[in-house]
Amino acid sequence: MIWESLPLLWRGTLVTLELTVSLLAVGLLVGVPVALGQVYGPRPLVFLMSGYERFFRAMPVLVLLLVFYYGLPPLLPAFGTAVLVFGLHSSAYQSQIFRGAIQAIKPGQILAARALGMTRLQTMRYIVLPQALRLAIPGWSNEYSGVLKDTSLAFAIGVTELTRQGDQIVSRTREPFLIFITVALIYLALTYLGTWLLELLERRWHVPGLTGQRREEHGRVI
Amino acid sequence: MAVSSKIVVRVEDLHKRYGNEEVLKGVSFAVRQGEALAIIGPSGTGKSTLLRCINRLTEPDRGRIFLEETEITSPHIDINKIRQQIGFVFQDFNLFAHLTALDNVRLGLMKVKGLSKKEATERAMHELARVGLAEKAHAYPAQLSGGQQQRVSIARALAMDPKLMLFDEPTSALDPELIGEVLQVMQHLAEEGMTMIVVTHEMGFARSVCHEVIFMEKGVIVEQGPPDQVFLNPRQPRTRQFLSKISELYGGAR
Repeated sequence: MIWESLPLLWRGTLVTLELTVSLLAVGLLVGVPVALGQVYGPRPLVFLMSGYERFFRAMPVLVLLLVFYYGLPPLLPAFGTAVLVFGLHSSAYQSQIFRGAIQAIKPGQILAARALGMTRLQTMRYIVLPQALRLAIPGWSNEYSGVLKDTSLAFAIGVTELTRQGDQIVSRTREPFLIFITVALIYLALTYLGTWLLELLERRWHVPGLTGQRREEHGRVI
Repeated sequence: MAVSSKIVVRVEDLHKRYGNEEVLKGVSFAVRQGEALAIIGPSGTGKSTLLRCINRLTEPDRGRIFLEETEITSPHIDINKIRQQIGFVFQDFNLFAHLTALDNVRLGLMKVKGLSKKEATERAMHELARVGLAEKAHAYPAQLSGGQQQRVSIARALAMDPKLMLFDEPTSALDPELIGEVLQVMQHLAEEGMTMIVVTHEMGFARSVCHEVIFMEKGVIVEQGPPDQVFLNPRQPRTRQFLSKISELYGGAR
């Protein structure tokens, strides 16, 4: 019985993964500029970015989803709406991950870059971002595991992701325990897989003195 | 190497205020090609601010600065073009933490000067060799001692082929036993005829390497002259006071 359900659950898993990857990408593309704006922008931009970030962090993502899908003129299909809403919501959280990472960079390096004749943009591109992205990985891994599970809320607007797929199987098979336990285990596996991949990336991007090593040092002295 | 008569940098009546505090109250001086100028004086008297105004990392409020014939305080200037011609060495090195020594030196060459990777690498390796660190090319800043980091930062500035080098207390963050290796690099540089301005507490260096010394206090130049005059026969009582305090602390001009 569970074997027969597996292809459908697999399809749901793929939709969940697509949702997660797309929303994280939207969140990254919006979140990084929001963070840069908050750290380096002129006063009005800081105000605007902080307002944006607070608004989206204050909204329950399910309410946002319902407002965007049912409350506004239909612009996007359910999947697209889910990506947009989750993405904007995540961008608010990601902006804070990146703001923390950017502020952990020693400001003297910015001076040194400008003293070499680099423009602001070059300084961002070659000095700030490469370090901020590395420093953001642990926080980002947290964000990944959070939003992965949030995607189940897309159920509410009819996106057939993993949880909804499971629910539909249950309504036919009347085996809620077995099916939902399988669904739960798939979420567990996806969480493990994703955080493991991010750990690999962290190790690969490791720079002595900037990342990772601190963990060893902390371990030694505490 | 002889100091030529050509003026590389000229500062005219420079003023800078932070809030209520005026840190520079009209500073003027000129540095000729091949000249090494030391700026000495108590902490918090505007020496670092002055240095940062020269490449406009800090914007002066009033006054003019010329690099050769170009007025760099003009609002119409592309400051990034000017900064490429002025090397700056910071007290705490400020190496890019995510890049190896080689990449620290190479980055400006590739991204600012537009050299190819091959040319930039050759140039960077040459500069690293010049400061005695060719074998550390692939080390990250955290894997280098303070003295080595400062030498890399000097190589990074020199690679841009500057007309002028500015040193902002380059040895103040170093352990005593590491100061020598940095001063030695700077001494060679001065001997090769690099035009440089050095804010320093190393009186020995100011005296034996520099051609001219400025004693600054409270935002003004109190005294200026050749090192022998300033150190042996200061005209101003304030200079005398400062120098005797320093020699009490360090046991004479080292």
